[in-house]
Amino acid sequence: MGIYHRPCNLEDALWVLAGGGVTIAAGCTDLFAATDAPELAGPVLDITALDALRGVQATAEGWRIGAATPWAEIARAPLPGGFDMLRAAAREVGSVQIQNAATVAGNLCNASPAADGVPALLALEAEVELASVRGRRRVRLEDFLTGVRQTALAGDEMVLAVHVPRHGADGQSRFLKLGARRYMVISIAMVAVRVVLTQDRIDRAAIAVGACSPVARRLPAVEAALAGLPLARAAGAVDAAAIGAALDPITDMRAGAGYRGAAAGELVRRALREIAGGAS
Amino acid sequence: MKDEVGIPLIVNGTPCQVSAGPGRRLSQVLREDLGLRGTKVGCDAGDCGACSVLMDGAVTCACLMPVAQAAGRAVETVEALGPGGPDALQRAFLRHGAAQCGICTPGMLMAATALIRRSPAPTRAEVEEALGGVLCRCTGYARIVDAVMDVAGAASGPVPGRGAAVGASVERLDGVPKVLGTERFGADEVPEGALLVRAVRSPHAHAGFHFGDLAAWSARHGVEVFTAADIPGDNRFSVIPAFADQPALADGVARMRGEAVAVVAGAPEVIEALEFGDFPVTWEPREALEDACAAQGDGVARIHADRAGNVLIKGHVRTGDPLGALDGAAHVVAREIETGWVEHAYIEPEAGVAWMEGDVLNIRACTQAPVMDRDDTARVLGLPPGRVRIRPAATGGGFGAKLDLSLQPLIGLVTLKTGRPARMVFTRRESMAATTKRHPARMRARIGADAGGRLCGMWFDGDFDTGAYASWGPTVAVRVPVHASGPYKVPHYRAEARAVHTNGPVAGAFRGFGVPQAAILQETMFDELADAVGLDRLEFRRVNALRDGQASVCGQVLQGVGIAACLEALQEEWRAGSARVAAFNAKGGDMRRGLGVASCWYGCGNTALPNPSTIRIGVTPAGAVRLHQGAMDIGQGANTVIAQIAADALGLPVHALELVDADTAQTPDCGKTSASRQTVVTGNAALRAGQALRARILALTNMGDGARLALENGTLVVSDGARRAVVEPARLSVGPLGYVLVAEETYDPPTQALDENGQGAPYAVYGYGAQMAELEVDTRLGTVRVLRMVAAHDLGRVINPQLAEGQIEGGIAQGLGLALMEEYVPGRTDNLHDYLIPTVGDMPEIRSILIEVPDPEGPMGAKGLGEHVLIPTAPAILNAIRHACGARITRLPARPDRVLAAIREAES
Repeated sequence: MGIYHRPCNLEDALWVLAGGGVTIAAGCTDLFAATDAPELAGPVLDITALDALRGVQATAEGWRIGAATPWAEIARAPLPGGFDMLRAAAREVGSVQIQNAATVAGNLCNASPAADGVPALLALEAEVELASVRGRRRVRLEDFLTGVRQTALAGDEMVLAVHVPRHGADGQSRFLKLGARRYMVISIAMVAVRVVLTQDRIDRAAIAVGACSPVARRLPAVEAALAGLPLARAAGAVDAAAIGAALDPITDMRAGAGYRGAAAGELVRRALREIAGGAS
Repeated sequence: MKDEVGIPLIVNGTPCQVSAGPGRRLSQVLREDLGLRGTKVGCDAGDCGACSVLMDGAVTCACLMPVAQAAGRAVETVEALGPGGPDALQRAFLRHGAAQCGICTPGMLMAATALIRRSPAPTRAEVEEALGGVLCRCTGYARIVDAVMDVAGAASGPVPGRGAAVGASVERLDGVPKVLGTERFGADEVPEGALLVRAVRSPHAHAGFHFGDLAAWSARHGVEVFTAADIPGDNRFSVIPAFADQPALADGVARMRGEAVAVVAGAPEVIEALEFGDFPVTWEPREALEDACAAQGDGVARIHADRAGNVLIKGHVRTGDPLGALDGAAHVVAREIETGWVEHAYIEPEAGVAWMEGDVLNIRACTQAPVMDRDDTARVLGLPPGRVRIRPAATGGGFGAKLDLSLQPLIGLVTLKTGRPARMVFTRRESMAATTKRHPARMRARIGADAGGRLCGMWFDGDFDTGAYASWGPTVAVRVPVHASGPYKVPHYRAEARAVHTNGPVAGAFRGFGVPQAAILQETMFDELADAVGLDRLEFRRVNALRDGQASVCGQVLQGVGIAACLEALQEEWRAGSARVAAFNAKGGDMRRGLGVASCWYGCGNTALPNPSTIRIGVTPAGAVRLHQGAMDIGQGANTVIAQIAADALGLPVHALELVDADTAQTPDCGKTSASRQTVVTGNAALRAGQALRARILALTNMGDGARLALENGTLVVSDGARRAVVEPARLSVGPLGYVLVAEETYDPPTQALDENGQGAPYAVYGYGAQMAELEVDTRLGTVRVLRMVAAHDLGRVINPQLAEGQIEGGIAQGLGLALMEEYVPGRTDNLHDYLIPTVGDMPEIRSILIEVPDPEGPMGAKGLGEHVLIPTAPAILNAIRHACGARITRLPARPDRVLAAIREAES
């Protein structure tokens, strides 16, 4: 048992953080799952009473998703087609029970290789807004996630919001998750695919793969190879070997490494096929 | 905000203040501070959903929410539903048999309530989405989904009159507390002043250890510590006394990961905050035996000094000349298959309390075997059995693992030493690490058939990893050779199964005792044989099915054999399914469909050993008829089924009986709930007890067999149309048990010991079944979606169709998990997100076909069902996978990567 802070304004929260040694708590779906104890070990900084950290809003430059926004709210939010993959991922985070509690920033800060929200946010070109008493800064999500369970968050910093630039939400998108059961499953592999079309041709593509490397990855070479192709031919043009080569999967009790790489390629193809089918 | 500030909650509409740490799990506050124990805790990790509550109307896991976040918000728990009795949804659960053990029921109800409020007439897809976050291990989900969809319905289950209970889908007699959330499971009863107990467990699969200064550590923390040195009796137990080898607390050497080496007891707030990082124990890790084949090698160290080659026991059956028959066979198939550890994953982790009443140690814990618990606990604690009383809690699933002792000797020891009540609740991690598993099996077989497709010989050999201690290893080793032929006529046969020690988890009983593993090998090989012969796969089985008057591989001549009837019941479905699959596959594409079939048989009760049950029925002076029913109902329905049999035997309506539960001081021994024995063995005792009491009443009134009994205003009215007699219990003398009329009858199934070749009559009754699986394989990802199962099971006589179908659906769910996703890895999957069991979205449509081929020995012809229902599922699925895409799976589960690899292998 320890001190439990649940401030109502951000400044207070940041000063608590600046004092050091606190665990930030939001949806607590990872914190509690990691312990058998009946109570969170303190000191705890609970950020769920900070109104500024909640909700999805359109801004001048795009969209802002408050750090402590639960996935259920993202799944319901009225957002353009580029976000379809994120809304689909939101519905795959654990169960309905988890989606009602677990937050977008929690998913990022927990930094699991299989974090359901990360591939879609990567493909949305998301940036993470961080704050401390020292000030605020924004980092690209790619730079925020630095390794398995590792982030660029400094000890006195917290995530305030995830920002998606207007161009990041262009086009149509799909999220596909592969696991060994229907609900509440940790991914073997997952992909988020977004394409922006000019007429029926792919103008640009954003493709990210999760659970196949220490941190989910964008696949720039694969994306570049799709540019200029007619959407209907994109799935067939995907180079599965290139996808496998761009990843660094592990073998665990869910699947072998080789399988993961191959499955990722197949999922990318299917996501493109689904977009093409939906667009026709 | 600081500690222990009053937190304002609005629980079920009532504002209250709780004084709790703000970071405390809401589930803890609801259960322990507010006494709302209808909210169940299954995992403390959000993986099972048993603790689902509504927070401002949205469903969430109470185990994952710090109570501070609930401040000022509306919390609704199961206690909010139908305070005046079951509400419409709870009634629907009762009507549909949606609650079996009942541990997931409150979570299911809350998840469904959130849905129904926004969608009063939900579709099946909506219901599955809404329930996807709650795990159920008993039902296979079908009846839960049906109940939610039928929330607007109003019907009730039948209330049969005298003599009509057997065969009726009576709502389970113990169902109401399960749906109200008032059922008291192992963790739900907390005596005043109870000490909390936690175990210190080995992090190593094999290690010597010694303690440092325990006295100083316990003084520093204000707790008490007990070790093997404190155990007053014989510190070894086992479900089979002759093999007793498992210490309640390890003594100097831990032989498996998760083995308890000490218990720590103290005030709950102290114990729950303790970290064991500084516990004074020094580990000396030793080389661990991990492989059951390697463990048998020459010069390999023995885990138990008296067990050469680490072989606990070999089971053996031999008849005819199997090698000669295989040599002469027109077609021979030889295969090997490997299965892994499978975890029972009941949603209720082990939990219970102990306390003293006079000089009698009372234990209330979840269990499948109260009398075995009493005897083994007494042995460990050095007490005569009469000084231990087991008063079972409601048991939230068992499936075999709650046959073995878990926490009973530990809390018993603390209570005995301190004189105070002691309580222990296993964490999910602890439950998975420390309790038994299904035996991993490595099996090889050769099976031969003649040119016409008749089986001529079979040779089977299997190593079953029984882990560090004996548990049910002997039973598995003996059962497997008896059953590995399947329910078929195999004239020449040899089978050997070895239970082998390793430093893996203790493998014990799990629905089928090794038979499901053997059936996976035999039934998948039958498909290849049928193909080789050129016979349809269902027809191949029908041709070879055992018939009445034929001898099993043990030389037992069988009667009432229902396997052919089960296979024939599938024929129409098989033809229609074959056509559907062919039509689908003709379209081409990456998705391929397949159809598979597999059979089962299973002997009910102990293998060639006594396993009696005793039932007592008494009439009180006030005219109540009490049924002492000691068969543990762990969700399967014994409380209802045994009462139905007893009621019809006695000639009174089943709802007129009062049930007295299992309690070693009140209720005669009905043995263990295992081996599909309760309907047959306890059912036979109930039949006899009912008949005996009826005979006494008839004799008292001088009435003939056909007379009718009725309970009227505290009297027993007996009439035969011509005459009417009244027995007034209040006027009769009261016997020592408190009854004016009482009957107590024992039944022990007649069996005959197996000789050196495994020949004899190991079981008095067998049950049979066959299942058909229709599924779709994604040939690019290796994923498998089971679309439909048709299950034909011969129950001899169906006592309660709804409960029987619930068993079938639940068994199929576990069989599907065994086939496709379940694989326990010690130290890696001690939770319900790495260890996967099927969710509602993984279940196929299931059609049950109940067959009645009466058994001459079973009560009213009835046969057992509990394990049968799981056995054919996995092989039927594997056969359907091969049918769909050619993939032959040699290691279970058929994970997507393994299926894809097998597809590639089949293509090359």
